Amino acid sequence: MTKNDYDLIVIGGGPGGYVAAIKASQLGMSVALVEDKHLGGICLNWGCIPTKALLRASEIRHMLDNVGEFGFTISNIEMDINNITKRSRKVAAQLSGGISHLLKKNKVHVFEGFGYLDKGTVDSKIIIIKTEKELIRKKAQNVIIATGARSRNLPFVSSDGINIWDYKTAMTPPKLPSSLIIIGSGAIGMEFASFYNDLGVNVTVVEALPSILPNEDEDISKIVENNFKKRGMNIKTNATLKSVKTHDKSVSTEVLVNGKIEKINSEKIILAIGIIANTENLGLNNYNIKIDKGHIITNEWLETDEKGIYAIGDVTAGPWLAHKASHEGILCVEKIAGHKNIIPIDKSSIPGCTYCRPQVASIGLTEKNAKSQNLNIKIGKFPFIGNGKAIALGDAEGMIKTIFNKDTGELIGAHMVGPEVTELIQGFSIAKKLETTEQELMHTIFPHPTLSESMHESVLDAYNQAIHY
Amino acid sequence: MSIDILMPALSPTMEEGTLSKWLVKEGDKVVSGDLIAEIETDKATMEVEAIDDGVIGKILVNEGQEAIKVNVPIAILLLDGEDITDLNTELDEEKKDNKSIEKETIFETKLEDNEENIVTSPEHILNSEQKEEFLDTNNKRIFITPLAKRIAKQRDINISLLDGSGPNGRILKIDVEKINVNKNVKNINIVSPENFELVKNSAMRKTIADRLVKSKTEAPHFYLSIDCNIDELLNIRSVLNSKAKDKYKISVNDMIIKASSAALMKVPKANASWENENTKYFKTTDISVAVAIEGGLITPIIEDVQSKGLLEISKDMKSLVDKAKSGKLLPEEYVGGSFSISNLGMYGIKEFSAVINPPQGCILAIGSGEKRPVVIKEQIIIATIMTVTLSCDHRVVDGAVGAELLSEFKNFIENPSLMLL
Repeated sequence: MTKNDYDLIVIGGGPGGYVAAIKASQLGMSVALVEDKHLGGICLNWGCIPTKALLRASEIRHMLDNVGEFGFTISNIEMDINNITKRSRKVAAQLSGGISHLLKKNKVHVFEGFGYLDKGTVDSKIIIIKTEKELIRKKAQNVIIATGARSRNLPFVSSDGINIWDYKTAMTPPKLPSSLIIIGSGAIGMEFASFYNDLGVNVTVVEALPSILPNEDEDISKIVENNFKKRGMNIKTNATLKSVKTHDKSVSTEVLVNGKIEKINSEKIILAIGIIANTENLGLNNYNIKIDKGHIITNEWLETDEKGIYAIGDVTAGPWLAHKASHEGILCVEKIAGHKNIIPIDKSSIPGCTYCRPQVASIGLTEKNAKSQNLNIKIGKFPFIGNGKAIALGDAEGMIKTIFNKDTGELIGAHMVGPEVTELIQGFSIAKKLETTEQELMHTIFPHPTLSESMHESVLDAYNQAIHY
Repeated sequence: MSIDILMPALSPTMEEGTLSKWLVKEGDKVVSGDLIAEIETDKATMEVEAIDDGVIGKILVNEGQEAIKVNVPIAILLLDGEDITDLNTELDEEKKDNKSIEKETIFETKLEDNEENIVTSPEHILNSEQKEEFLDTNNKRIFITPLAKRIAKQRDINISLLDGSGPNGRILKIDVEKINVNKNVKNINIVSPENFELVKNSAMRKTIADRLVKSKTEAPHFYLSIDCNIDELLNIRSVLNSKAKDKYKISVNDMIIKASSAALMKVPKANASWENENTKYFKTTDISVAVAIEGGLITPIIEDVQSKGLLEISKDMKSLVDKAKSGKLLPEEYVGGSFSISNLGMYGIKEFSAVINPPQGCILAIGSGEKRPVVIKEQIIIATIMTVTLSCDHRVVDGAVGAELLSEFKNFIENPSLMLL
């Protein structure tokens, strides 16, 4: 048998890859991590984290605009978009440095370069690492592909970094545009819409499906849409982008809205229409690795059709979320280590969060999905206007909706919109993981006064027992 | 402080015993060495002595209670200066403690914990039998999620037989749900709907069920069997039938009916039924004969058999069977009777015991006549033997009476010409 350099090589240092590498090392494996650009991946460098830093700024802007309500008067508020983006970059850099330190502490060998697979044997896979100077060849018994994804372009329009922005440009604008069209109303599109709107930009959202945040429960989407419209955003649903013309300092678009072409002009346009997995040039054809709709196919333990080669995170099937990638990393490393008593991921128990204002968070099935599966359901709803803490915060817009299986009392979905709901959803994640029924949730004591009491009330409402509604 | 008096181990191997008798009562003063109770084990009955001085505060197990495990408290002894109110407070506190512990174990509950508060209608409450099935036999703590537990309960799945795939073997929803499709579980109480058909019980089936349950629960049955040589009976039957010229056909069954009647007339004590305050002795022999019909059975009656000849019996029987099979029997033709016969001989059944047809006192179950080697005068010869079994209601027919009846019956069957008398 050939002597391997490592028990495990991980290609890609995002939230899937670096977590898998650290976990593997903790379980006693010798591990190498290959990262082409930046440790922490898109999430940490150009996704989840820097956008949260930006949204914190727009939240503060929103508060400053409304301090009168709390008894303050402030005049001459000045804002510098460059300082806002600078802070966002600083936050990302701080965390990326932290990952580097964590990997070192856990004795993971980090290679800076582009890693790909070369022909090897069952027990010895070969990874070539292309660095600026050389090609390095390493052998490992197991490989995890965690190369992530990038933003998608349309056939007739690609981001140019000047007038047609992708997420990177949108996170580091040289100056605030006066107007902005956002194509796509998923989490990324909605966060940018909210951010730029709060900073005073004239925002138009174009969504091909009938509602914005199309993966969320319709009741939730409706509340966000009403809020956005109230804030002056122009929301176009059932709307398809047909053409984009760029000019010197603006873009003009044609959008098909309900069968009619509308011309919409703005200074900039952001494409937020989804992702494409990074599967190119990885040498996947040297092994029995299959791809479906652009994403690598795995079994429930994240193993590809090639024994010993795993794939996790955005390069595999959705949902494309950092926490799903990290959990997959842990799970497949435990599988490699031969752990018993591990359980495959239940995709109906992965929470999803959108950090626009108002925040959106959900887990499990929407009402529509539950009904399409012919499930016998009970629905509870509780508006934040009935919650003391939300009123005290001056942020009582939104609601919590819970969906139970009427026959078994299983919590099959929870959908929230409103203040800090992204921090609340984990309560329902735990409830789902521990397989509680409505009884345990009803008999849980929620602290008063907190926003979380609305979760309790929503559960009670599903069984017609709400107290404050 | 009170002292628990524990179930003593009266021998090294004793695990449990029966408290056969209390020799003290609550409030009695005892001194160390006093006899307080008698305990019965599988081997012997022994006396238990008090080990301290005091007053018997509370007796915790009733006289006659069986299977009391060694070291389980059987009574509480109050020491000097204590009275019963101290004890009650202590017991109450203990109860409260137990309750709060129950509530803490949300996720790792024992199965017997009640979920009454989620039950919205009485039919959802498991009956005590079902509840027992739901318990682990070792009373072992079972780790299961609330959802899995509820689904198991809804589907009557015995969770003590499931393997949990969760942390520390906790049973998850998926473990409960997969037993529909996965056969690796040892015992599944579920029958899938494709494997059976529900047929509504007819009024006749319900009547049969009611009557037989009544019979088996109320009438103490005992059974007597006897072998009858029917060679002579078969001879006479073929002689009779050879003269019939197709006008009649006497069956063995007709002759059995006649023999039963003749025997009952000889032993009238067996021709009786139980009526709580009285025992009714019949003066005629009205013989009910079990007839299998579509969806059940019925027992039409041949009345006054004692005064009928074989020809008449045969004719009556034929007419009654026809009516029974076409559903045209009148109530007076099947309600009543003093004695029943059930014959499964034509199916090759060697012998069987029948359920008494209440309120009658006896039923005779007829097996098939078959050639068997028998010993007659120190010689093994081949004879046609029919085994019959009499089921008797011991309230009205005692063993000797039943035996006498059977012996008379055998006599008539083996010597059929006696029936002519």
